[in-house]
Amino acid sequence: MWDYSDKVKEHFLNPRNVGDIKDADAVGEVGSLACGDALKLFIKLDDKKERILNATFQTFGCGSAIASSSALTEMIKGKTLDEALQITNKEIADFLGGLPEEKMHCSVMGQEALEVAIAKFRGVKVELHDHEHAEQGGEIVCKCFGLTDQFLKKVIAANKLHTAEQVTHFTKAGGGCGGCIPRIKEIIAEVLGEKPQEEHKRPGKLTNLRKMQLIQDVLEKEIKPQLWADGGDLELIDIAGNAVQIAFRKACAGCASSGFTAKFVEQKLRDLVSDDISVEEVEE
Amino acid sequence: MKEVYLDNNATTKVDEAVFEEMRPYFCELYGNPSSMHFFGGQVQKKVDEARNRVAVLLGALPEEIIFSACGTESDNTAIRSALEIFPEKRHIITTRVEHPAVLTMCRNLAKRGYRVTELNVDNEGRIDLGELKRAIDDDTVVVSIMYANNETGVIFPIEEIGAIVKEKGALFHTDAVQAVGKIPLNMARSTIDMLSLSGHKLHAPKGIGALYLRKGVPFRPFLVGGHQEKNRRAGTENTASIIALGKACELAANFIEDENTRVRSMRDLLEKELLDLIPNGRINGGKAERLPNTLSIAFEFVEGEAILLLLSEHGICASSGSACTSGSLEPSHVLRAMGVPFTCAHGSIRFSLSRFNTEADIELVIRELPPIIRRLRELSPFGREFLSA
Repeated sequence: MWDYSDKVKEHFLNPRNVGDIKDADAVGEVGSLACGDALKLFIKLDDKKERILNATFQTFGCGSAIASSSALTEMIKGKTLDEALQITNKEIADFLGGLPEEKMHCSVMGQEALEVAIAKFRGVKVELHDHEHAEQGGEIVCKCFGLTDQFLKKVIAANKLHTAEQVTHFTKAGGGCGGCIPRIKEIIAEVLGEKPQEEHKRPGKLTNLRKMQLIQDVLEKEIKPQLWADGGDLELIDIAGNAVQIAFRKACAGCASSGFTAKFVEQKLRDLVSDDISVEEVEE
Repeated sequence: MKEVYLDNNATTKVDEAVFEEMRPYFCELYGNPSSMHFFGGQVQKKVDEARNRVAVLLGALPEEIIFSACGTESDNTAIRSALEIFPEKRHIITTRVEHPAVLTMCRNLAKRGYRVTELNVDNEGRIDLGELKRAIDDDTVVVSIMYANNETGVIFPIEEIGAIVKEKGALFHTDAVQAVGKIPLNMARSTIDMLSLSGHKLHAPKGIGALYLRKGVPFRPFLVGGHQEKNRRAGTENTASIIALGKACELAANFIEDENTRVRSMRDLLEKELLDLIPNGRINGGKAERLPNTLSIAFEFVEGEAILLLLSEHGICASSGSACTSGSLEPSHVLRAMGVPFTCAHGSIRFSLSRFNTEADIELVIRELPPIIRRLRELSPFGREFLSA
């Protein structure tokens, strides 16, 4: 069960400002049935068309999506449009006494609907988080939820996100098939001004000593972590020229597919160190 | 607030009689069954009795029962064992709707070079035996197909599947965690080689399971070490829980009739009333043969977590195939495999009953759920369109 704050529960059970405004000045719609949540925000302005007199919402979604929508409408009432635009998703979450990190995307959805509504009212283009956005020329990063690079960059920067998992919690990106997670990592690196970790590049000609060092390096950094993920392990027994002798440990030892694993190790070493490497499994 | 517990496919209440049976084996009769002294020996006798009770429920021999820590361990053990027995065979068959205890394992094996076929299901959650026949070949080492689905209750034709598997000489494993105690089983006349069961789904405690292993089927243990369970599962026996599982199986045999009559009619009543009272509801797997206790019902234009939270306000405990409840972002793999329409995939609720439920429980849901769905539809932009149409 989610650890929702009392205020989230309260806004979910007694949501404020539900419904529509017939003569609304601005309407913002984000999300869809397929995505699992959607929000339609209605805004009524004063005569000067500057200050928000009233705001209502309709939300399809989970408890925190409904609470976030309710909070948003309460927060923007009485604010000018420019003031309202300053509201961040974090402020929506804070208003509710915080949201579980996995649910932060609900606060992002609220902030987005507000932006869309105001942009539409002002007749300016908006960086939509929507499938429609492809038409506007952005790069669709997450195909499952139709999310663009601009949108992700904005959320990453605003919330100082460091991991792909956080990006998923805040935007849903990567939460479907997961195919875009490598791209999300690149985008995080771009936004945070970090260079993506350099991948192992295959070197040119090698001395024997350098080759042995490289083999050990690749085994430690590239291969073992993958085996660990499956509960396995290996040990380097010997390196004689291009012949690498390994022994499998843990789940790999006696595993029916260890022959296949040995092939995988060999291919990886050939790719990253040298074409002439052969790998042999030994019993010590 | 008193709970109205309708989430028995997730876990069940420990039967008081089961608890009483296990109670002495903590502070008083705490001996190790492997010990040579009388004090351990008397525990050994109770463990033997429990093994016998489990065997009786399954129509199996006592030596065909291996106690484990959970359904997941039994599933993992069965599949791993098959692969080790036939290292030259590289093909595994399972289904897209398996429990993660099987599916995750198979997908990990696929990454390590095994060929894995995940059989599809139709809109009602049924598999096509023709697809199985086309998929199975001489390279197939094990077929692991659940007896009944935990989310929808849909029952697979296990003996027909087993006959196809046997013809090709592969091993047949079934995860029967949801079926044991609800469907009469008789291993003496079955095609099943290995069957997993879990204690906490049938009113025994969490942390105890068993693997049925047909006599004569070769086996490699998952846990190695001591000689417990005839060298098939090392580790000191969880004696109190084993004794509890034995008692729970004995009781299950007595209540299997009740599950299929009284419990089934309560489930059917709940299903009928909810469909009558709530427009645009849909039973997941409604046309398939299903467990007597399970109702998976989807409502258009609303989201499952919100339904559960509002039900919870009335003490009603159910679960959902919706994304938001699990922390994942997509609806359950089972509902997706069944092609449940996207308008209601996020609005699925599972009620799973047990012998401890009463008509009053069902009446409470019938009274409280329709206004909850209406309220959430009024909140939802799509629901409002639907209501005004």
